[in-house]
Amino acid sequence: MAESGGNGKTPMLDELEKGPWPSFVTQIKEAGELKESCKQLLQLLERSYHEKMGHWKHGGIVGVLGYGGGVIGRYNDLQSEFPKIAHFHTLRVNMPSGWFYTSDALRTICDIWERHGSGLTNMHGSTGDMILLGTTTDELEPTFKELTEAGFDLGGSGSDLRTPSCCVGPARCEWACFDTLHITNDLTHHFQDELHRPAFPYKFKIKSAGCPNDCVASIARADMSIIGTWRDEIQIDQAEVKAAEQGGLDIQKDVCARCPTKCMEWDGKTLTIDDANCVKCMHCINAMPKALAPGKDRGAMILLGAKAPIVQGALLSSVLVPFVKLEPPYTELKALLERIWEFWGEHGKNRERVGELIQRVGLGNFLEAIEIEPLPQMIAHPRENPYVFYEEYFEAGDEEEEEASK
Amino acid sequence: MTTATVKRLTDIGPPNYEDFLPPVIKKNYGKWKYHEILRPGVMVHVAHSGDKLFTVRAGSPRLLGIPRIRKFAELADKYCGGYLRFTSRNNVEFLLTDEGNIAPLIKDLAALGHAVGGIGNAISNIVHTQGWVHCHSAATDASGVVKCVMDELHPYFAERKLPGKLRIALACCLNMCGAVHCSDIAILGIHRRPPRVQRGLNKMCEVPNVIASCPTAAIRPAQVDGEPSVEIDENNCMYCANCFSVCPALPLADPLNDGLSIWVGGKVSNARSEPTFSKLAIPFLPNNPPRWPEVTGAVKNIVEVWAANARRFERMGEFIARIGWPKFFELTGIEFTKQHIDDYRYAGLTYKRSAQLRQG
Repeated sequence: MAESGGNGKTPMLDELEKGPWPSFVTQIKEAGELKESCKQLLQLLERSYHEKMGHWKHGGIVGVLGYGGGVIGRYNDLQSEFPKIAHFHTLRVNMPSGWFYTSDALRTICDIWERHGSGLTNMHGSTGDMILLGTTTDELEPTFKELTEAGFDLGGSGSDLRTPSCCVGPARCEWACFDTLHITNDLTHHFQDELHRPAFPYKFKIKSAGCPNDCVASIARADMSIIGTWRDEIQIDQAEVKAAEQGGLDIQKDVCARCPTKCMEWDGKTLTIDDANCVKCMHCINAMPKALAPGKDRGAMILLGAKAPIVQGALLSSVLVPFVKLEPPYTELKALLERIWEFWGEHGKNRERVGELIQRVGLGNFLEAIEIEPLPQMIAHPRENPYVFYEEYFEAGDEEEEEASK
Repeated sequence: MTTATVKRLTDIGPPNYEDFLPPVIKKNYGKWKYHEILRPGVMVHVAHSGDKLFTVRAGSPRLLGIPRIRKFAELADKYCGGYLRFTSRNNVEFLLTDEGNIAPLIKDLAALGHAVGGIGNAISNIVHTQGWVHCHSAATDASGVVKCVMDELHPYFAERKLPGKLRIALACCLNMCGAVHCSDIAILGIHRRPPRVQRGLNKMCEVPNVIASCPTAAIRPAQVDGEPSVEIDENNCMYCANCFSVCPALPLADPLNDGLSIWVGGKVSNARSEPTFSKLAIPFLPNNPPRWPEVTGAVKNIVEVWAANARRFERMGEFIARIGWPKFFELTGIEFTKQHIDDYRYAGLTYKRSAQLRQG
């Protein structure tokens, strides 16, 4: 068989098998032992390295029956030279909460992907899904059939709810202030239709972080960021504070002086915290995990609107609900999501994230629409400009005007 | 003729995570007391019950072939009762209850080429995107640059010797699938040439949608060779590529002009200072595969300046806030240019609006 697309050699990529960090080139080569498509992928990539340009085209509409998301269509622009990867679509497979697996579950995925795809994956994609990287259009439905029979389903793509994700939470973290894994699993199952059938103006991501350390970057990456926090006092073990000092930590300099509200004092024997002024930043707890712990009255705050730059500029999420006890079945949270999606669905423009919509209509108007009272916790400071809108004004003779002037 | 009785399964959602939790986690779920870092890449979580869970974190290229995933599964069977997980930064974590298994596991991982590290005051894995491997809008490769940077910074992953945490992320275009915009160091692929309007645009794309997609209104309707199409006001194009996302007939990729930029000082954690965006450090570095020496050198320089000068616990942004941006440019030797000054919306908020300056 004539060698198509390249001469079989990959001198530039071979350079990337050198060095201490594990090599993705080695991974493509290992998969290439099983699959011809990976060999062609490597040749195509070598070409990109020479030309300093990619060779993948926009996806067309491909997917599995009844779903509008979960598959990213991918075609190369040199199809006659690289026929085995002429179509090379991605399946996004919804990961279990917290990315926990058994070896058997991983082998099941591997077996399915060996039968139906390239054998290449991302563990995991940026949103959190398992990424099955590269198959042909006619393999999509058989892959999906085997995945669902094994208990796996597809994630989101396009203008829909994207696969919710979360930190390791109470499974392995003493700082988890709510059950990030449970809520992520619950919301994902509850909103299957929103996940699989795109009906939003654009994408919507939900990420749950158990504490303000935010190990899933929810405040930067999720339209709705759910971040654990607490309302009562930081738990202190004074003996362990002393032990931390003896272990080399300068309690005054490294802990108290780094507190953003300077609400801590250390007299060499006792650590005191003015909890009313603590903003739950986590620094002191991070610095002394054996001595300090979040309080016992734990819950979460809900923030809204983060996104990357496209289209109108990057945004961080901002506070929507300062504190909520998050308990199953999360009825209030689900109702809140429905109200947000309804307003966004009605007023959002094509490819406008909810954060951009809020910028456009104003947070005050948005709050009114989703029936949430404005609170000072939602802002860094009140407005500085005097261009204040009012919906109505009084005319002379109005009863209300007379009442108001009394 | 037989009747098909097997129902086509849809909307079943992900498998329940509870089915994948090791017994020690099920028993102590939500009842962990504290954790300690035992050595680079190894930590122990101690439960109120006294039970211990050991985690061994290994670096991964994220792009994994199934032979390697099967190897991970074998190691999990051998040392962890079959239980493992992945992290939000694409590391693989083995979950052990027998402390005696840690050393042999690390040895087996090393034989496979996976160093253990990335916990605590270290550089963890680089969150990144698809790049030339599999993306249509990439301005650079992702996996290749990450490989080169991590080769260079490997000691900071595998040995703890940094003032604080350092998080690096790479996105191969402004879509930022890796949402790199809040990283200590962000490497961002950029285009620098406006889209080239392809013939037959109106057959592939809806012209009004294309016009509406531009955040600076730089796309106008036009007749090209007698066909309805668009023209680009090149002076107003900032190469965001949103039009290309909407319409494949407007490609921006261009080997002569594509490259990378470096951003610093962002973070997502609330610890000490509030979460913040990364700021531009280096506007442009060339695409120079396969080893991208300009990028790896620039990143290493910034890391080393921070490592040598930051105080304990100071993240990159906190360090720069303390010393000031002029000093950052002086210490790193990075040239300050016109491109560093914002000219998009609310740019004035980023100007220095006070007399508080370090002089001399």
